[in-house]
Amino acid sequence: MTTIDSSHAASGESSLTRLLAADVDWLTSSDHKKIGRLFMGAGLLGLLATIVVNLLIAAERIDGGTAIIDSDAWTQMLSSQRVGLIFGAALPMAAGLAIAVVPLQLGARAIAFPRLVASGMYLWLGGFILSVIALANNGGLGGGDADMVDLFLAAHGLMALGFTAVGTSLVTSVLTNRAPGMTMRRVPAFTWSAMVFGLGLVLVMPVLFGTLVYLFVDHRSGAREAFGGNQGITTWAGWVFTQPTTFLFAIPALGVFAELLPVTFRKRMPMRGLVFAGLSLVGIGALAGTSQQFRFEVPWEGSQLYLGGRDDVRTKLYDVLPWAFFHLLPVLGAVILFMTMALVAKPEKNDDGERISPNVTAGFLFSFFGFGMILVGMGGAVLEPIVDLGLIGTVMSEASLVYIAYGTVLGIMGGVAHWSTKLWGRALDMKKAAPLALLGVAGVVLAGFPHYIAAFNDQPGGLAYDNSDLQILNILVLVGHALMGLSVVAFAGLLASVVLGGDAAGTAVDDPFDGHTIEWATTSPAPAGNFVDVPQITSAEPMLDMKTANAASDAGSAS
Amino acid sequence: MEALAAGPAPAPRNQLTIGAVIGSMALAMLTGGMLAVWAVKRSASLADGEAWLPSGVTVPEVPTNVMLIAFPALCSFAQWAIWSAKRNDRANTVFALGVTAFIALLIVNAQAFVYNQMGVVAADGEYGSMFYAITGTFMAMMVVGLLLSAVTAFRYLAGRTRDLEILTAHAIFWYAMTAVYSAIWFLVYVTK
Repeated sequence: MTTIDSSHAASGESSLTRLLAADVDWLTSSDHKKIGRLFMGAGLLGLLATIVVNLLIAAERIDGGTAIIDSDAWTQMLSSQRVGLIFGAALPMAAGLAIAVVPLQLGARAIAFPRLVASGMYLWLGGFILSVIALANNGGLGGGDADMVDLFLAAHGLMALGFTAVGTSLVTSVLTNRAPGMTMRRVPAFTWSAMVFGLGLVLVMPVLFGTLVYLFVDHRSGAREAFGGNQGITTWAGWVFTQPTTFLFAIPALGVFAELLPVTFRKRMPMRGLVFAGLSLVGIGALAGTSQQFRFEVPWEGSQLYLGGRDDVRTKLYDVLPWAFFHLLPVLGAVILFMTMALVAKPEKNDDGERISPNVTAGFLFSFFGFGMILVGMGGAVLEPIVDLGLIGTVMSEASLVYIAYGTVLGIMGGVAHWSTKLWGRALDMKKAAPLALLGVAGVVLAGFPHYIAAFNDQPGGLAYDNSDLQILNILVLVGHALMGLSVVAFAGLLASVVLGGDAAGTAVDDPFDGHTIEWATTSPAPAGNFVDVPQITSAEPMLDMKTANAASDAGSAS
Repeated sequence: MEALAAGPAPAPRNQLTIGAVIGSMALAMLTGGMLAVWAVKRSASLADGEAWLPSGVTVPEVPTNVMLIAFPALCSFAQWAIWSAKRNDRANTVFALGVTAFIALLIVNAQAFVYNQMGVVAADGEYGSMFYAITGTFMAMMVVGLLLSAVTAFRYLAGRTRDLEILTAHAIFWYAMTAVYSAIWFLVYVTK
């Protein structure tokens, strides 16, 4: 069952009527490109709101001895930070890009179950708005207003249902909507990452929903025995805001990076199977969510290096194996992507003996920096559970979450820059966008890394700290969030100029980056239904094959 | 410049069937996650030397067992609908779908009877809130299944008799629900 929007003819109507018709057309659309763009647009707003919260938190932390904000508001701001980074920014932006781009890459006329995806988007949007209302009224994690806590739980239930719907649609699209000849090995890397991400959502979000049902009934009924009332929300549902579950939400950003690597370096992707395996390994982080692992603790001191009897070995394996499985395997996946980059970036010469120069675009810069930040965030998450390092309960968890969420956002911004021609019919001005990638990465490094150092100096996860040497680090964090905010605002402005058609210089051609995959075979912007004729796929890089064959044919006819 | 050659029109690739399988995975994860928490809480309670089932509460075995037996019957009727639709037997298909929905309705009724018989109060401690959370979620899934049966029947009655996929998806949903209830039956009603 496919659903394709047809455009509405609105000639002869007043401008207000046309505007209303256009709004209704957008809000009720079943075109995946419109749904994806709405998702990303709302996610961008959520991100900006979260950055404001992050700025307030960072400003409050400049002086670790005194508090301007009262303790209830402080608790809610920390909740807002986690909810905003995951449900307000990283997840909707990643899901939006996947919804908008995956059917184009598959050569499909539509996404599977478009109305389900649209419902998922609205469930998320409704849930997120209700969640903001609850947080603003002392109803978040550990909140003091009982009704608002109920609202917070219900809002997260809506968001979990919404993302389950999105995941179902993405996985079904990849499994059933591929163009003729596109085997699973020929699927583009970003589409593969979207499938792993979708599968992760289908596995994780229902578990979150079930937990929220328990928490809601326990809290609403007044029993508040089984799960500890409002204080128990973090214990029982906090895993969705915590590493390694959050690795799952970064997978589409890693997919953008894997997708842009061969295009940027003008080569075929080497060892596609290994790249796919790497992206899938990152998805193992999702299993921590399905098993509701909130906190890992790995005692390492001396005794871990000495293995005594059988019981001793077993005890230590129980400590180390879950950590190794849920934390190290996803990092291995990201390292595989890094090694692929090293292979692809190796300088080579073409048949004429000329060095192949890379075509570094703003999209690649964003995705490269996003990948780097995610990797650093994963590194922090690996270290945190090792008891002997004393990082549990410090700002380490927050810092690695900031790295992963902001890194994901940077990666998705890279994807938006890369595919803007297909989605809006105009390219982002690369000269203006590239500095924003640098500004963004500087912001993320400053927002995250000083807290890594502070964590090793025992700065606790809350507001207060008594070591005055940490103040400078917290000021740097404030500067980092401000720089990230600037980068995102400027990027949103640049995007708005493209969307509103103000940037005439950015008018796009169909294939501006010498793309390898079939979305570049259709016009810019992609029409309703995506393709006039669905192309026949004969390899993983059909556009590159076609260009190579055309070049050979041109050379033959010239001689 | 040569363009990519147009391929043949993509063959239908069982979108609804695959979607139903993925949706069933989501149902399994939802129930599995909830039952895992149930098992953890029950085990912690017993380890503390406390009774898990509140005093004075007994599980009515007849309706819970009848529900378990009803599910395979329900699946047989859902499968019967596919079987007859493949043979263009409209009367049998509609009858099978109707009976499927009727049995589902009976299961909902049986669950309501279990609530009535057990008399558990949600606000009374751990067991009460968790019991209603897990069985309430199951009831919500049953309502979704009933709606699915109704939509399937209406589509078929409206003339989409060649659309066997939705019948397959409908059957897959009920198979998944059978697995879901079997797990709930074992952990909540048998193990207690």
